[in-house]
Amino acid sequence: MQVPAPFQYERASSVDDAIALLERHGPEARVIAGGHSLLPMMKLRLARPETLVDINGLTDLSYVRVEGDAIAIGAMTRHAELLDSAVLAEHYRIFADAERVIADPIVRNRGTIGGSLCQADPSEDLSAVCSALRVTAVVRSAAGTRQVPIREFHLGPYESVVGDGEILVEVRVPIRTGIGSAYEKVERRAGDWAVAAAGVFVQLDGGNVADVGIGMTAVGAQHFTCTEAEELLRGGPAGAEQFAAAAAVCARACSPQSDQRGPEDYKRHLVGVLTGRALTRAAVRARGGNA
Amino acid sequence: MNVTVTVNGQETTHDVEPRLLLVHYLRDVLGLTGTHWGCDTSNCGACTVWLDGLPTKSCTCLAVMADGHEVTTVEGLGEDGALDPLQQGFVEQHGLQCGFCTPGMLLTGRWLLNHDPDPDEATIRLAISGNICRCTGYENIVRAVRWAAEHPDGSGSGDGAAAGADITQEATA
Repeated sequence: MQVPAPFQYERASSVDDAIALLERHGPEARVIAGGHSLLPMMKLRLARPETLVDINGLTDLSYVRVEGDAIAIGAMTRHAELLDSAVLAEHYRIFADAERVIADPIVRNRGTIGGSLCQADPSEDLSAVCSALRVTAVVRSAAGTRQVPIREFHLGPYESVVGDGEILVEVRVPIRTGIGSAYEKVERRAGDWAVAAAGVFVQLDGGNVADVGIGMTAVGAQHFTCTEAEELLRGGPAGAEQFAAAAAVCARACSPQSDQRGPEDYKRHLVGVLTGRALTRAAVRARGGNA
Repeated sequence: MNVTVTVNGQETTHDVEPRLLLVHYLRDVLGLTGTHWGCDTSNCGACTVWLDGLPTKSCTCLAVMADGHEVTTVEGLGEDGALDPLQQGFVEQHGLQCGFCTPGMLLTGRWLLNHDPDPDEATIRLAISGNICRCTGYENIVRAVRWAAEHPDGSGSGDGAAAGADITQEATA
């Protein structure tokens, strides 16, 4: 039987209350949202917080809405809600592509976007999606609110910039016009972590790439992205040749490790194939096609 | 700490350790052993219950997180001693072999039917993709859900119902 080590449990009644509880209980306190990453790690004693601050009561952090030139996503928004969001379906199909292959429908009822990002698992899908879209993370503490570009959010495996007494409250996705986006993942079985995955948005200006964002997960990519490939594409023709070249750059630049999910060269191969597919599909979608 | 949970419509209060998982609360504290404890890693879905009406893997939820909320277990399916039409579907279509995954399958399947009364096979398979049957009896489980969709009042063949009631009771014990 796997049971977490003893801990103290506190339930937050508001964001301010959560911050106060985190401050009171110090660096060994952890926020728990859906709990589907943290509790398994606590069972294995890979995580051993002294206090859990439960924020499941903060339903005001559960939303997906357009605010000016951005889509605001509350940190407590569950995977199932992201998958079903009409706003995200309209602007960024990459979310539904990814959500469909994150865990399974029951787990998606509990897991949240905030928890996924803060867990900072190196194989997490939404980290790649958010990196591709260059979202902004809104982090709150007693001192106020700070906005962190997602590519500065993850410090390494299981480590983010969210410090003691801080809580991620929102993710802001810039709204772009003339774009398409897509996510491609290979997993060993339905609902598993990715062997490798890639997600992109492509913004077209006629036949050219006006802007592009590339995200990758499970392959040791710096900040879940490949800026070299993005720069290669930006301003150039949106053609198969260019997409293949960029995909090859991604495959070369990432640092996958051989493990039970596959050898390094296989993962590199996957990165090339999946990035190429995601770029192609996103471009078709940007042109209004159904892909 | 004290938790008050409404389980199958009945409010219960107990003093529990914060680290107690919901699945163990249901089984060991309340004696509701219909909810099965399987992989312990949120993969297999045998421990699926409804938390505020949503299928949830109770091995990956703390009992204290259910404080003030509603939980429905397999014991809460069916009314007045009669089987839920989906339980009847499992009887009619041989939807279980060893029965270990059955409670989770029933709660996921019932949730699906409540939201999509006439799901096609692909929809059913997607819905139960978080519930693993190690007997690999998926064909009959899908047929059982389809049977329930086609018999929303649960009336099937008389013989199957009588024999099946025993089987279902054993499987959920």
